Amino acid sequence: MAKEVKLHIGVENDLEEIKVTIPDDSPKPWDGKDKLKFVGGKTPRLDGKEKVTGNAKYTFDMKLSGTLHAKFFRLPCPSAVVTKIDTSAAEKAPGVKGIVLVQETLPLTVRYADQELLAIAAETAHQVDEALKLVKVEYEKRPFVVDLAGAQKSDAPEVFQGKFERDKEVGQIEVDEDNAGQRRGNVRAPQDYTKGGTKEEIEQFIEKSEFSVSATYQTQVQTHSALETHGVVANWEGDHLTVWASTQGTFSVLGELAQVLKIPQTNVRVITDYMGGGFGAKFGAGPFGIAAAKLAKKTGRPVKLMFSRREEHVSGGNRPSSMQTLKIATNKSGKLEALSLVSRGSAGISTGAGTSAPAKGIYECPKIYTQDADVFTNAGPSKAFRAPGHPQGIFALEQSIDDLAYKIGMDPLEFRKINTMNHDVRQKEYQIGAEKFAWHKRNPKVNADKGPIKTGMGMANSVWYYFYGVGYQATIKVNGDGSVELLNGTQDIGTGSRTAMAVVAAEELGLKPHDIVVRIGDTKLGFGPPSGGSQTTAGITPAVRDAAYLAKNKMLEIAATHLNATAQELDIRDGVIFVTSDPTRKLSWKKVASKIPGGTFSVMGERKKDHIDIKGAPAVHFLGRNFYTIGGMQFAEVEVDTETGVIKVKRILAIHDCGRPINRLTLQSQLNGGIIQGVSYALFEQRVIDRNHGLQVNPNLEQYKIAGSMDIPEIETIVLDTNRGNSSTGAQGIGEPATAPVAAAIANAVYHAIGVRIRDLPMTPAKVLEALHS
Amino acid sequence: MNSFEYAMPKRTADVFRALESSDSIIKAGGIDVLDLIKEGIAHPQRLVNINSIDELKYIEGNQTTGVKIGPGTTLAELASSEVLSGSYRALAQAAGSTATPQIRNSATLGGSLCQRPRCWYFRNKDYHCTRKGGFTCFAVNGENENHAIFENDFGCVMVHPSTTAVALIALGAKLTIASAKSSREILVEDFFVTPRENMHRENILEQGEIITAIHLPPAAKNMVSYYYKQKAKQSFDWPIAEVAVSMQLDGKKCQNPRVALGAAAPVPMRSKEAESALNNQEVTIDIAASVGKEAMKKATPLSQNKYKVHIFQAVIKRTVCWASDIDPFA
Ligand SMILES: Cc1cc2nc3c(=O)[nH]c(=O)nc-3n(C[C@H](O)[C@H](O)[C@H](O)COP(=O)(O)OP(=O)(O)OC[C@H]3O[C@@H](n4cnc5c(N)ncnc54)[C@H](O)[C@@H]3O)c2cc1C
Repeated sequence: MAKEVKLHIGVENDLEEIKVTIPDDSPKPWDGKDKLKFVGGKTPRLDGKEKVTGNAKYTFDMKLSGTLHAKFFRLPCPSAVVTKIDTSAAEKAPGVKGIVLVQETLPLTVRYADQELLAIAAETAHQVDEALKLVKVEYEKRPFVVDLAGAQKSDAPEVFQGKFERDKEVGQIEVDEDNAGQRRGNVRAPQDYTKGGTKEEIEQFIEKSEFSVSATYQTQVQTHSALETHGVVANWEGDHLTVWASTQGTFSVLGELAQVLKIPQTNVRVITDYMGGGFGAKFGAGPFGIAAAKLAKKTGRPVKLMFSRREEHVSGGNRPSSMQTLKIATNKSGKLEALSLVSRGSAGISTGAGTSAPAKGIYECPKIYTQDADVFTNAGPSKAFRAPGHPQGIFALEQSIDDLAYKIGMDPLEFRKINTMNHDVRQKEYQIGAEKFAWHKRNPKVNADKGPIKTGMGMANSVWYYFYGVGYQATIKVNGDGSVELLNGTQDIGTGSRTAMAVVAAEELGLKPHDIVVRIGDTKLGFGPPSGGSQTTAGITPAVRDAAYLAKNKMLEIAATHLNATAQELDIRDGVIFVTSDPTRKLSWKKVASKIPGGTFSVMGERKKDHIDIKGAPAVHFLGRNFYTIGGMQFAEVEVDTETGVIKVKRILAIHDCGRPINRLTLQSQLNGGIIQGVSYALFEQRVIDRNHGLQVNPNLEQYKIAGSMDIPEIETIVLDTNRGNSSTGAQGIGEPATAPVAAAIANAVYHAIGVRIRDLPMTPAKVLEALHS
Repeated sequence: MNSFEYAMPKRTADVFRALESSDSIIKAGGIDVLDLIKEGIAHPQRLVNINSIDELKYIEGNQTTGVKIGPGTTLAELASSEVLSGSYRALAQAAGSTATPQIRNSATLGGSLCQRPRCWYFRNKDYHCTRKGGFTCFAVNGENENHAIFENDFGCVMVHPSTTAVALIALGAKLTIASAKSSREILVEDFFVTPRENMHRENILEQGEIITAIHLPPAAKNMVSYYYKQKAKQSFDWPIAEVAVSMQLDGKKCQNPRVALGAAAPVPMRSKEAESALNNQEVTIDIAASVGKEAMKKATPLSQNKYKVHIFQAVIKRTVCWASDIDPFA
């Protein structure tokens, strides 16, 4: 059954009326004209107090009685064949209760330094350390290569001899299978994309063009460095396994454990009550989760296995490196004509280093050629990392666009404007951004300041896609005492999903967000979304609203009999149920709840497919499908010390759109976090592997530099309301687009300040000085 | 981490007894020593905690008499000390620029002087480098962006990490070193040893010896000083270059300058070239810049750290200016 409703949709106050057909058990999507009480407002986190008082319990804090501690034995050699593993002495060491091998059959190939070979569980962490020293491994060292350029040489040692053994982690962005026949050495089969011509035609066109730029950009490997490292606590009760995991996907961990351990999914429960940060590397059970589960089974005791900081750096995942050659041509009036991007990147022993999505998705350009290829190196596997491929791709694309604008003497902002005419939201964002940032005050000349310290302004576009999954089930339980519970298995990885869910339920139920008891982070509570692809809010809030809608209807029906009215004649506001035509005829929420037959009821809302396809911005082809793009842009102001090469970011203005904002407070935190991580990526973060021996030399948080409080610029954020009427809440994502353009915006501001481009990340003093002195 | 015995002497005399066996190490604030033990770089059988010895914590005297500082004084106490304003301010600035507020609250002056190198090969248990008794300095042909640009042709190219030492050298400070049997005094600049002198230790302390006092000489007439640390980050970070300067300044005329560099060599070093370029000059921005250039003339950067030479030039110029109350950006 379905009903048709009228709806005002659009960007901010630019609204149009449309008709939408929606299922009977769904409420009418919030209208662009609706004045909502909590949605779009600023609600403090429900769990804020828990967190700041230290009462929130993270996986790291889990203490089940009798817990054993486990750690991996890792071989500090980047390439080797292991022929013998002798654990006999370790088994007899004090406190040791169990040992499991990661791979049972030998020989075993080690492809990166500190790859895990086996895990030991003992009564104390110290006893594990002592036992690890007793493990004896016989192995034959092999030649290795750790750098992207070196790995592409024809005589480079091959990281994978024979077939590529895929790391089956859920959440990997790339899904194609390796084609061994087409791999050349360490370079995998290139993925080509063309539009408006063949590769040769496009390259020739650019070659002949009067106005073109061509340059090569490089980006480093960044490690996720979440505050809480990867890890689990695993506990068996009979043939049922419960795992506390620091994860972004309770259900993906459940799925992987069931699959690998060959047990039914119903026998696995995954709990993530609080989570200490995840940027894409925490979707699977991982070797650690599987080892812990096996050790727990073997020993009959709970087992805790959390990564150390060093392990987190070397094997917890990372953002792949890249080397991108980008050529772009425009006509005299500033219309883009052709673009060619050849990108190589290394995800270590994994895949997913492509960077071409922004080049395909931001600008209107008639001729596009892109080629991505992964290059294997003897380094730890990359994992999806906040907007995979995008900070890299945008760093190259947006500097090239800037370069070209300067070349034809056009304001870089104007140049961007005329090449994204079809994007209604983006056009508004340019206007607001330029005004707020006082872009017009910027000196059109580069390197205009006198003295050694120079300031500059730059900007860059972002792009991301509207992702959501379906089938998520939110349950709302209303109890006789008036309390409301909201249940779903999804996790809050710090983004504020718990609070966003409460806001949506409260809005629909006419209650306050803090009246809603949200129980999440437990796979027993109903299927929920993974926190990746910026889809948690878009995925779960429509299910929550639908559940709240059903709960509300049920409460109105109960109230109706006591108010001598029909349910249709009633409404709820501020905890009071009343007759719309005569508000003096009313009952409190609590009172009505006390009349619930049986003392409690539950209803369930399900995330369905969107009611309509989003119109507005053009759809973009990504990962094999077309997606509506969300994006935004950021403006940066920097100060560059030309004598020391030190860049200080003074100011970032971020303008973004993410459908209907649900909770602007945590939304702003997401933007702040994305920007801070972006500043850190732009200036500091870099995994350094010693090229002679293949070991990371900075696997800590001291020499692996991360922006600290003093490095964080003044941040201003603006989020546009885009009401598309697509789902019952209209929420979209923000986590990823917030971090994607930061480095590029900073790099463009640096160019404006000093008149020299830094095309290599991170933009360290050494590189700035080198650019200035060459 | 190995198991060890933990000694908690209450008086300095008891420290010497506790240090008699050769595998004992002192722990002051513990910032460095505990890291070394946890990372598997140090394996003491006994840890002698001197942090609760009150007689090692003091700042006495003034600019006329000179100042005596107990090695147990924390960096936070130095940073906020009244006595260390004026002529001695380089030391307060150095202490205040070290590490993070939390660390400065625990870290001591003695520990800051005797901390071990931060070279990323030395700190990694999987690299058995020259300083740990091996035969290779992995940085020479490896990742050496943070390493020495002076004294880097012999066996180990680390930079000495002590920030306070840079200021103490510029101020002409001395140390009292004592053992159960004897006591001696030595200039801070003579306390450290280069790899050529000894590859396996950073200073002249023998087993059983500790620093019992740090002395700043009486301030000479019109003496000024300044310390500056250039980092890549604004928040806590190790220096790319650090410079301390002291001099007598009559009007703008400079006499008896002392210029010390940190993060430049395996020892905190004096730059005689900088000092002679500065001595007897009327300080101006141009003079300061030429001092920076002179100081770097003999630098021998490694494959990845040429940029440090540029940065030192700028930081020396600026520090000389700031010491002389000149705005280097004017
Ligand atoms: C994040 C971070 C950033 C840092 N940044 C800087 C920086 O910028 N500049 C800088 O200089 N340092 C820096 N440090 C290092 C820090 O300052 C030192 O580790 C600290 O000062 C050591 O002091 P402590 O009292 O804790 O020494 P401990 O760790 O207790 O001891 C260090 C060493 O000194 C010896 N020792 C201590 N007292 C005496 C004594 N009286 N006589 C003889 N030997 C003694 C000990 O045996 C040990 O070998 C940083 C450290 C960290 C973790």
